[in-house]
Amino acid sequence: MFKNHVLVCGGTGCHSNRSSEIYKEFQNQLIEKGLEKDVQMVLTGCFGLCAAGPVIIVYPEGAFYSKVKIEDVTEIIDEHIIKGRIVERLLHEDESGKETEPVQALSDTNFYKRQTRVALRNCGVINPEDIDEYIAYDGYQALIKCLTELKPQEIIDIVKQSGIRGRGGAGFPTGMKWQFTHDAVGDEKYVCCNADEGDPGAFMDRSVLEGDPHAVLEAMTIAAYAIGGTQGYIYVRAEYPIAVQRLQIAINQAREYGLLGKNILNTGFSFDIDIRLGAGAFVCGEETALIMSIEGNRGEPNPKPPFPANKGLFGKPTLLNNVETYANIPQIILKGAEWFSAMGTEKSKGTKVFALGGKIVNTGLVEVPMGTTLREVVEEIGGGIPNGKKFKAAQMGGPSGGCIPEEHLDVPIDFDSLTKIGAMMGSGGLIVMDEDTCMVDIAKFFLEFTVDESCGKCTPCRICTKRLLEMLTKITEGTATLEDIDKMEKLCYYIKDNALCGLGQTAPNPVLSTIRYFRDEYIAHVVDKKCPAHVCKKLSSYVITDKCIGCSLCSRKCPVNAISGVIKQKFVIDQAKCIKCGACVDSCKFKAIVKE
Amino acid sequence: MKTIADIMAIRERMQSEIIIRDNTDSSTETRVVVGMATCGINAGAREVFNTLIEEVSTRLLKNTKVIRSGSIDASGFEPVVEIYAPNGEKVTYAKVDVEKAKKIVEEHLVNGKVIDEYLISKK
Repeated sequence: MFKNHVLVCGGTGCHSNRSSEIYKEFQNQLIEKGLEKDVQMVLTGCFGLCAAGPVIIVYPEGAFYSKVKIEDVTEIIDEHIIKGRIVERLLHEDESGKETEPVQALSDTNFYKRQTRVALRNCGVINPEDIDEYIAYDGYQALIKCLTELKPQEIIDIVKQSGIRGRGGAGFPTGMKWQFTHDAVGDEKYVCCNADEGDPGAFMDRSVLEGDPHAVLEAMTIAAYAIGGTQGYIYVRAEYPIAVQRLQIAINQAREYGLLGKNILNTGFSFDIDIRLGAGAFVCGEETALIMSIEGNRGEPNPKPPFPANKGLFGKPTLLNNVETYANIPQIILKGAEWFSAMGTEKSKGTKVFALGGKIVNTGLVEVPMGTTLREVVEEIGGGIPNGKKFKAAQMGGPSGGCIPEEHLDVPIDFDSLTKIGAMMGSGGLIVMDEDTCMVDIAKFFLEFTVDESCGKCTPCRICTKRLLEMLTKITEGTATLEDIDKMEKLCYYIKDNALCGLGQTAPNPVLSTIRYFRDEYIAHVVDKKCPAHVCKKLSSYVITDKCIGCSLCSRKCPVNAISGVIKQKFVIDQAKCIKCGACVDSCKFKAIVKE
Repeated sequence: MKTIADIMAIRERMQSEIIIRDNTDSSTETRVVVGMATCGINAGAREVFNTLIEEVSTRLLKNTKVIRSGSIDASGFEPVVEIYAPNGEKVTYAKVDVEKAKKIVEEHLVNGKVIDEYLISKK
């Protein structure tokens, strides 16, 4: 029996920080020291605290080590595992509290204390490549319950009563979707999982697939039993190699155990799942385009109706849910609809996973009950803004969402409250921006993304977003007029009303919401020809102040020879030549060059 | 190809292997601390620790955490095992060996009876 368990995070974030090499180093040294029978090594999914990666937990103490390097492995083994002395210097320092102090256990950090983990409950806890560990944590119990105790309609009723709404963005009631697909007539029905997570800054679905792939398989099998499905497909981006690999391992193990395939667990029910890889088109996250892509066609959306529930994949009734939605299902079946609906707000039940990114201390993955305020997520769990900067806004819902300014920080996070203030829940990407961010520039960034990713099928999306981007560019270059802002707004509403699919209909949201909350910034660009955050290159310039001692270092660094002067006297920048690269600022030892 | 009974059996078997990772509720947790400084290890603390872990795991004692400590200052009484109840009350056992460790799990942790003859102090 293992006396110690060493859990090493194998999520993509920690993996990039060489956590799998740390894992191997542990294995090698344990064998060298004859400890391999005492210590169980586990490569888990994402712990959530990506900013502190690579992270490791050593049980039975539950010591939580962060920012571990390969060189630290020897010390952890010799001190902690052999002598039982916790390596204090590697313990995680909790930066989200008022004081910075080392914490011993993961559950004691401010980052975790305020979270409620349902979809992420096994992430960072189990080995995702071992089906037995999933079974140990009540895995496949929900499926057994469904196959032996519940009728399909009873399962659908539980999902309905739980009040869960789709986690992919639009928030459509999941139980209704199941009912429609159940009621639709067809000789074959499909159950699909949307894992084409494409929003910049979003990695919730990836983490669930990497950390707990069996939960998705179990949920899809339950759904298939409920709606009468025979075959399942998981549509996942090829850019998620670890997720794809672990999913495939999980599918193979489930087939081997008879949890997928013909006559599941001898109950007479048959269902199998295959993976389909997406080639990287954002639009394939839209359900009709995703179905086209699985069929082997070009990933382009189709008008709805018909909805996939009636005429989906290969023209058959198809149930399509998001990864995170599925990850909730086994828990809802096991613990009951009342348990789930007790969490959250009146119309948004349960929890929601967010990928925290941007200007925030605790970059990572969090799961909170619906109705938690954005302030709690940003300030208490996220640990606030680094370097003492001020919060400016948070972009929610990626390129389809909107920004939330400081005045709305106390709005509870749920589907309806967010829509009311011009943002949206989206899939859960949450990008925090500080005072150094230019809101026009941010709107431009997201629009550049949608222009790039527009599939080109409908005119409003293909042409109008391009025109919108041109107007935004004019603003950032100081050549726009106030009339352009009004024109832009009109064009935004035109696109919203006329685009074919969700991608186009929501593309103007970042522009509309930044105009709504930061119109003064737009006006500053247009009227004063100034970018208040000094981000837009054409509207800002570098100036040498009186702090200059005339050392000439900057003039030597300048790649275009725009700086000249006499030694020991103040130098000057020729604004006509300057390309605003900022090399001079970095070179100056006296902080004499500022951006205006 | 497995049956439902097989899955249940796997679940049962795995329970004792994962209980060591349970740290969900620290407020109701009983902590069993083994002094593992050099003098403790020399006196056999490692074997005591191993025994405690095995016993707690196979008996599936929830909310019971066996942990090591580098600094229980009780030279001469090693190996020392301290048991902290959720209410903070502490019991210290001295000169524990493998047999005593098994007894401590059975009597103290399972049945809730302090074994007076092993005690060093009762605060």
